[in-house]
Amino acid sequence: MAGPVWQFNCPVSVSAQSDCVTLAHGEGGRLMRRLLDHVIHPSLRIKPRFADAAFLRPTGNRLAFSTDSYVVSPLFFPGGDIGTLGVYGTCNDLAVTGAIPRWLSLSLIIEEGLPLPVLEKVLQSVAQTTAECQIQIVTGDTKVVPHGEIDGLFLNTTGIGELIDPIPPGPEGLQVNDVLIVSGPIGRHGIAILAAREQLDFQPAPASDCAPLFPAIQALRSAIGSEVRALRDATRGGVTAVLHEWAIASGKTLFLDESRIPVDSVTRSACELLGLEPLHLACEGTMLLAVASTHAEQAVSILRTIDVSRQAAIIGTVQPRTIAPVIIRRVLGREQSLDEPTGAPLPRIC
Amino acid sequence: MKYLDEYRDGLRAEQLMARIRSVVTRRWVLMEVCGGQTHSLLKHGIEAGLQDVIELVHGPGCPVCVTPVEVIDHAQELASQPGVTLCSFGDMLRVPGSESSLLQVRAQGGSVKLVYSPLEAVTFAQQHPDKQVVFFAVGFETTAPATALAVLQTHQRALKNFSLLVHHVRVQPAMEAIMQMPEVRVQAFLAAGHVCTVMGYDTYASFVERYRVPVVVTGFEPLDLLSGILECVKQLEAGTALVVNEYARIVRPEGNLTARQIVDQVYELTDQTWRGLGVISQSGYRLKPAWHQYDAARRFPFRQPSCDETQSVCHAGEVLSGRMRPTNCPSFGTRCTPESPWGAPMVSSEGACAAYYRYRLPIIN
Amino acid sequence: MCLGIPGEVTRWIDRDPLLARAEVRFGELHRVCHLACVPEAEVGDYVIVHAGIAISKVNPQEARRLFDEIDKFELQHELASDIPPPCNSS
Repeated sequence: MAGPVWQFNCPVSVSAQSDCVTLAHGEGGRLMRRLLDHVIHPSLRIKPRFADAAFLRPTGNRLAFSTDSYVVSPLFFPGGDIGTLGVYGTCNDLAVTGAIPRWLSLSLIIEEGLPLPVLEKVLQSVAQTTAECQIQIVTGDTKVVPHGEIDGLFLNTTGIGELIDPIPPGPEGLQVNDVLIVSGPIGRHGIAILAAREQLDFQPAPASDCAPLFPAIQALRSAIGSEVRALRDATRGGVTAVLHEWAIASGKTLFLDESRIPVDSVTRSACELLGLEPLHLACEGTMLLAVASTHAEQAVSILRTIDVSRQAAIIGTVQPRTIAPVIIRRVLGREQSLDEPTGAPLPRIC
Repeated sequence: MKYLDEYRDGLRAEQLMARIRSVVTRRWVLMEVCGGQTHSLLKHGIEAGLQDVIELVHGPGCPVCVTPVEVIDHAQELASQPGVTLCSFGDMLRVPGSESSLLQVRAQGGSVKLVYSPLEAVTFAQQHPDKQVVFFAVGFETTAPATALAVLQTHQRALKNFSLLVHHVRVQPAMEAIMQMPEVRVQAFLAAGHVCTVMGYDTYASFVERYRVPVVVTGFEPLDLLSGILECVKQLEAGTALVVNEYARIVRPEGNLTARQIVDQVYELTDQTWRGLGVISQSGYRLKPAWHQYDAARRFPFRQPSCDETQSVCHAGEVLSGRMRPTNCPSFGTRCTPESPWGAPMVSSEGACAAYYRYRLPIIN
Repeated sequence: MCLGIPGEVTRWIDRDPLLARAEVRFGELHRVCHLACVPEAEVGDYVIVHAGIAISKVNPQEARRLFDEIDKFELQHELASDIPPPCNSS
């Protein structure tokens, strides 16, 4: 069983599981250093520095600071893995606030017994996506917890970005007649995870949309920066959750037109089959944005020039507050209240 | 998607609605039997769009809503037993038993596996001979062929570690029970299209004769629902009471004989308890004696009898029999919400209360 | 109560009476479904799938009837003259 990485000087107690992470790897000392030197640092393609904190040199802009933990199960799914998610997720959080993602921390919480190749594969994804997002991992941490306490591997990433003016005012700044846009087909991450976790055996396997939003946001803001009111990546709870947050923050009613909401055919079919509402499903590379009505068409044309937002579409408008925070015009043309999702989506037969 | 999208056509829906309006001379009370129909009527705004001419009341056709607390408690007890994996449809995971839900049991370390099909549970049992796998077999006649098939496949594969906790219910006896209630207001039924897909609608002839109410076999898409409603009001206006099939692309008069045969091979009729409605004669299926070896209730007898449900303040029984509108319940939307449901109709997305909570605008004219 | 979705049988896998399985296409998604209750279905037929098993075959002639009736009625009443044909795309 001994893999090439662990052919040297391992204490006898770990040799039986030498191709897995053990509790001893998390206890500091030589084993820990070997894990760092032979697995983590090479996989991440970074050179170790022996300091307890990273030194950053901002260019003078205000900073944005965001943290998120990633506990996705399964660790690997069509379209990505926990590593890609951990980097894109935090970079997207920075990008939607109006920042250029610059520095990232990476904390690993590893379940005892996790095969090293799995860890390496996740870290290689992290390396690839940080390169793609041009964000630098500057600090990190590794812990190992006893078998059964977590599901394989958890990640935490914390990101710092430099804010670029004009900073979008956010949902509090929504104005009547502003236009709501989604940057692409919704619900793809939610369906991909559900199908993978519950082994629903769909062909083709639905793929997550996880992707960096920064390029699209940069293109949009450099063209019509002052007309962008708010941006948000529609993660847990999907587009619905963001709409409800925005309705509360702005005190307005958000109107949607169901027929204009982009849903790709695989997500659509899976939702029909499982009785799910695509608006409630998570996205990981798709955002909701509000722009001034005068610039809505231009915003969509700009977004459509960027790969990640090629299918951007206007889906609704901001209106004075009426009886419900979010109202949707369903396919028959009738207006209905759109409620927030309750808990994680579960497939139903009824 | 073919056979779905064209039945959601807005223009034709408007035409059907106009036709319904042109036919009615008074406001009629229709019951849609199936929770899936309730969901669709609310989601698409049909219920609100016709409310001045049609009162739609919601039927008992929601297995999540009618499965008794005791059965849910039993399922939870099984999920908590070492070595047992309880497989269930996603629908049942959030339903409150007397103390918690299957999701909460899973959070506390219970073994609950979500499956899309009972036959996946059989495959899971085959792949895990070290585990006892129990499938939580709830649902109406539509679902019974799938669970019956699970029994037959288990037998053919000689699996010793698969069993079913069966609480199947039948629609027609519940409709009879509703018609026998003293304050019944239902004037016509939209019969549950997918139950009829399996069982056919021949058996409604005597029902219609006895109670003098139209029964219209109805599908689930907006145009299906509207054509079912139109047929009901045409009959009501003409004073007739007939069984008519408005879901003929799917439903045959005799149903699906192969499916019925599979159900008959495995199940026999039994009196069944309905949450909120009580015991209804011959309203359920249980495993025939030949299949008792696959009966989870025999393999793992229920140890923890449930608490008294009568202390509940939930008006589910009245809602499920069309005697109370969800919005008229004193707890609706205040003390009872999907986040903290007092009763099952607020849990499942096709439960009448949850459908109202989700889709109706807060102000109801 | 009973979610049933139409899909097209694209490939038979097993025609054993109890274990009958076929690949069914729902829009652009394919999934293996059990066909023990609809053993007569052939490739190209649409079936209604509930909880992973097919419970009925769609009758294409009957499927058109509703549109014909709506359209006939509309013509009679001259309420509309430009009704598009039903959408047959998946």
